[in-house]
Amino acid sequence: MAEPLIELRAVTKRFPGMKALDGVDFQIFPAEIVCLAGENGSGKSTLIKIVSGVYDFDEGDLLIDGKPVADLGPRDAIAAGIQVIYQDFSLFPSLTVAENLALNRLLSEGKTFVDPKRRRQLGAEALARLDVAIDLDATVGTLSTADRQIVAIARALMSETRLLIMDEPTTALTGREVDRLFSIVREIQAKGIAVLFVSHKMREMLEISERITVFRNGRKVEEGPTGEFNEARITRAMTGHDIGHERHVWTGDDSEEPRLSVRGLSVGDTVRGVDLDLHRGEIVGLSGLLGSGRTELAMALFGMEPHSGDIRLDGTPLSLESVQDAVAAGIAYVPEDRLSEGLFMRQPIARNVIASAIGRATRGPFLDHERLNALAEQTVSDMRIATPDIEKHAGQLSGGNPQRVVIGRWLLTHPKVLILNGPTVGVDVGSKAEIHRRIRELAASTGLAVLMISDDVPELIQNCNRILLMHRGEIVDRLDTRSVEEDDIHGRLKGLR
Amino acid sequence: MTSVSKLLRRSETAVLAILIVVMIVIGVINPAFWQADNLFNLLRANVVIGIMALSVLTVMISGGIDVSFPAFAVAAMYLTVIAMNAMGYQGVVLPFIGATVIGLLCGLANAFFIHTFRMIPLIVTLGSASVVRGLLLGLVGTSIINIDRMPPSLIAFGSSTVEIGGSKLSLMIFIYLGIALLMWLFLTRTMAGRAIFAYGDDAESAKRVGFNTRRTVYLVYGLAGALAGFAGLLHASMIWLANPRDFVGYELDVIAAVVLGGASIFGGRGSVFGTILGVFMLTLIKNSLIIMRIDNTWQGVVVGCVIVIATALTAWRDRKALV
Amino acid sequence: MKAGSMNKLTDLRRFINRDNNIVQLLIITAVIFLLMSALEPNKFLRYYNFESISFIFPELGIVAIAMMLAMLTGGIDLSVIGIANLAGILAGVFFTRLYPAAPEAGAAAELMRVAAGVVLALGVGLLAGTLNGLLIAKVRITPILATLGTGQIFTGLCMVLTGGPAIVGFPAWWGFIGNGKILGIAVPLVLFLVVVVAIAVMLTKTPFGLNLFLIGTNPRAAVFAGLRTERMVLYSYMLSGTLAALAGIVLSGRTNAAKSDYGTSYLLQAVLISVLGGTNPAGGKGTVLGVSIAVIALMLLASGFQMMRFSNHLIDFIWGGFLLLVMVINVLRNRGK
Repeated sequence: MAEPLIELRAVTKRFPGMKALDGVDFQIFPAEIVCLAGENGSGKSTLIKIVSGVYDFDEGDLLIDGKPVADLGPRDAIAAGIQVIYQDFSLFPSLTVAENLALNRLLSEGKTFVDPKRRRQLGAEALARLDVAIDLDATVGTLSTADRQIVAIARALMSETRLLIMDEPTTALTGREVDRLFSIVREIQAKGIAVLFVSHKMREMLEISERITVFRNGRKVEEGPTGEFNEARITRAMTGHDIGHERHVWTGDDSEEPRLSVRGLSVGDTVRGVDLDLHRGEIVGLSGLLGSGRTELAMALFGMEPHSGDIRLDGTPLSLESVQDAVAAGIAYVPEDRLSEGLFMRQPIARNVIASAIGRATRGPFLDHERLNALAEQTVSDMRIATPDIEKHAGQLSGGNPQRVVIGRWLLTHPKVLILNGPTVGVDVGSKAEIHRRIRELAASTGLAVLMISDDVPELIQNCNRILLMHRGEIVDRLDTRSVEEDDIHGRLKGLR
Repeated sequence: MTSVSKLLRRSETAVLAILIVVMIVIGVINPAFWQADNLFNLLRANVVIGIMALSVLTVMISGGIDVSFPAFAVAAMYLTVIAMNAMGYQGVVLPFIGATVIGLLCGLANAFFIHTFRMIPLIVTLGSASVVRGLLLGLVGTSIINIDRMPPSLIAFGSSTVEIGGSKLSLMIFIYLGIALLMWLFLTRTMAGRAIFAYGDDAESAKRVGFNTRRTVYLVYGLAGALAGFAGLLHASMIWLANPRDFVGYELDVIAAVVLGGASIFGGRGSVFGTILGVFMLTLIKNSLIIMRIDNTWQGVVVGCVIVIATALTAWRDRKALV
Repeated sequence: MKAGSMNKLTDLRRFINRDNNIVQLLIITAVIFLLMSALEPNKFLRYYNFESISFIFPELGIVAIAMMLAMLTGGIDLSVIGIANLAGILAGVFFTRLYPAAPEAGAAAELMRVAAGVVLALGVGLLAGTLNGLLIAKVRITPILATLGTGQIFTGLCMVLTGGPAIVGFPAWWGFIGNGKILGIAVPLVLFLVVVVAIAVMLTKTPFGLNLFLIGTNPRAAVFAGLRTERMVLYSYMLSGTLAALAGIVLSGRTNAAKSDYGTSYLLQAVLISVLGGTNPAGGKGTVLGVSIAVIALMLLASGFQMMRFSNHLIDFIWGGFLLLVMVINVLRNRGK
């Protein structure tokens, strides 16, 4: 085999209180497509940042073309032909497409002055290389996600790139856009460029890569040609467990009046005339591509999006014009992005837990701190939140604990309907199972109706009694989990165009 | 998108349109507005505040804010004039270089705090303004240097004019436009200028792409200080006196002008042309109240209303993004 | 009994752990006090010195608390001085032009007149704060720009009302608010203490206070948690405006005059004190106690330097330097963690 383009030898990277990478050996050879698999926090991102010179590491060696490199900085990495496309694309939304494309080249040339004509020409060439048409003078902030990604790829390929690293590139893409991306990736490979693909979607890994490396808790746990892997093996390597096969069994009765009944719900162009029933104790899954309208549907039910249509809770019509309306009616929503939309990081856990039910901890016009602390303690033990003290800041929580705080917060409001958006994204396996069990218990014991929005098909199959597929604002498929298998759902999702 | 509709969507176009409307209205109320003397005076009033606005523009594009420039301007002005008097120096070029360097050093101090300690620009510049003004008034002096003690070379320079159709236009306006042109070239045609936009748009991405963000921060605040220092001395030479308590409250006017010109307080957006228009709009409103037969005491109210309305319109335009 | 004192002890430890900043401030204040006492024992340690401080600092302290309230939600209120002056001037206009003292008015009528003036001044502050709050919460203008603009408007209105010169001729009872004593304690100090206790209780013991901390920590999460963020932010600016007006009453009472450019240096000082007092300008953190200690520390510093014949300007320099120094210390300390 040829000499590796990049090689890590026994690299360790420490952060306060944890080892993000622990003695990792890793190689990439020219013109190969490697997939880096692992859950959030497994060390994937740290590895990318070390290879691209953003992070230093504490122990071990980094070799490029067989030569040890000390103190690799971002510019050195770029000079060595390493380009990263981050999940947020690292584009400049206020600048034009042409400028975003040309910046790298102009920077690496060390020019003092900018020639607008040349800038435009560089941009045009970059897009032509990928054979795509995007307005060069549009500001990037006005482009669609897929177009932005293409700009990011085009930009990365402008310099003498030898390794292209893509961090979760398919998260925001539709099925067709993923196909387009993969054909672009294969073209890139044909030009002799290595591609490091970071993902947690197993099907995509198996489809695109030649070699798979799996990380868990900062260590490399498996590595080998893609042909030797299947989904189960990757999952086992990523999580250290086999996924259990217990499923949610709903014992309710269809003919009863539904807890939540939605008829003809529309939100602008994004949700179009959706009908939906949730019964007591049901957990209903909702899936679909990003931009299918599923988040807008949830936001409308939570009073955050203006909408039209008929919404009834236990038969009573609701007017949901604000979040307060929804909360008062008993509808709770756990947002997808827990850190920016869920937690108050620099506030004690107690305050995080009580946020939506402050009214339960008052005496007259004043707060009743004893009651507040009692409710918080109770929630911490109910949700099994791992913390020594409810006065600790929520920012210090890790793993699945932030999610437990947000769910626990809503339980204090005694909700009738719980909407979970991506309930276990980035949560480790043990915690994930625990959260799932808790949600199933709640549904079964309190008659809570749960709407679970997720991309994670096994999660949906395991926890939901029904799964709805949404596409272009409409519910296109309603599946009973007793009679459907994972492959079937994947197939249907992929079929959505 | 056609280039015409693109032009229409630019905030500069909107400011220009409003400006023209305002000028027509003022002209209708009092035709004396259109006299060359009045217009030339108006232009003259743009010079100092305009150069300061260019300094603030640079900072705002980088995503920061600067309330220390009036203090730096006054320090540069007063120290330079005192030094000239002490040495009996009669010249122009060297004093202006001196004032610019004083401003530059102050600005670099801002950059040091902001970059090294990652402190909030508003707090840093509040502190540095207090420090500089305090030192100047406490150690150097509090007395105004009047026309009889001002270096004649500065007065001569500041009052140089060109005669157009019987009215005198201050040559300083060309210095302002020259600086504006240089700033435009710098911001749009140099990598260092583009780095400021990139940094203000997304500092993390700028770092990833390979910009030297440290250099950018020092450049931004150093340049802002230098422009302020230069503007300070220019101000003294145009009004023929050096007052160590000058420029109080300028930070509000200048920031208002820059915001009027379409720059975003969140960084990444702003243009030299827009800023020139914003400054012109502000001075037009401030200086035309008398001509519109409105008592001058209404100045503050009118300027305040203009700021509130302009920012409300911007907020309304961007409301989607802020949910 | 024993359990109770143990509880108190752990409470205290918790408090110290949670708020290192207060401890740091107390140490700074003690150092300043000892330093000034050592340098100027004859002048600094006299009762008269502390008494005169107790008349002067409350107006600044109240403005700083108003600033802190705006900062709690991640905002800032640059219009506080405009509001304070507008309140004082409107009261002055009321006393001198609208409702001058009747020649033979009794004490009760005079008292009523002053009470009406107080209500008017506070009402103006409330109204001004409401305008700020609406612009920030509903129209969604960035606080710094919104209050920059309204501050210009308020100061501009002061100019319109006075034409420039100061308004004088406040009633005697009005002067009492700024110069009088109750049981030997300066009235401004009494007012300040009332404000401190009221705002401290509001922030730590009421749902409103908890709301402000949560909103300031993460406004998006607050929306998703179902908090009424717009309303709470509006209330906080209303309160901040009212407090600013109270400071205006004390200021005009103490000086027996009101002018459009009084107390302009207070704006920067209020921001400075608020930040020194441990308020996070990004929101979510701040205590009345911290702000109170900060204002007292800085006043001791200022009075000490005045005794050493430092000019007021050098004191500005020291304050500014102090701000930068403390911020640097905070940053370095947080890095150590």
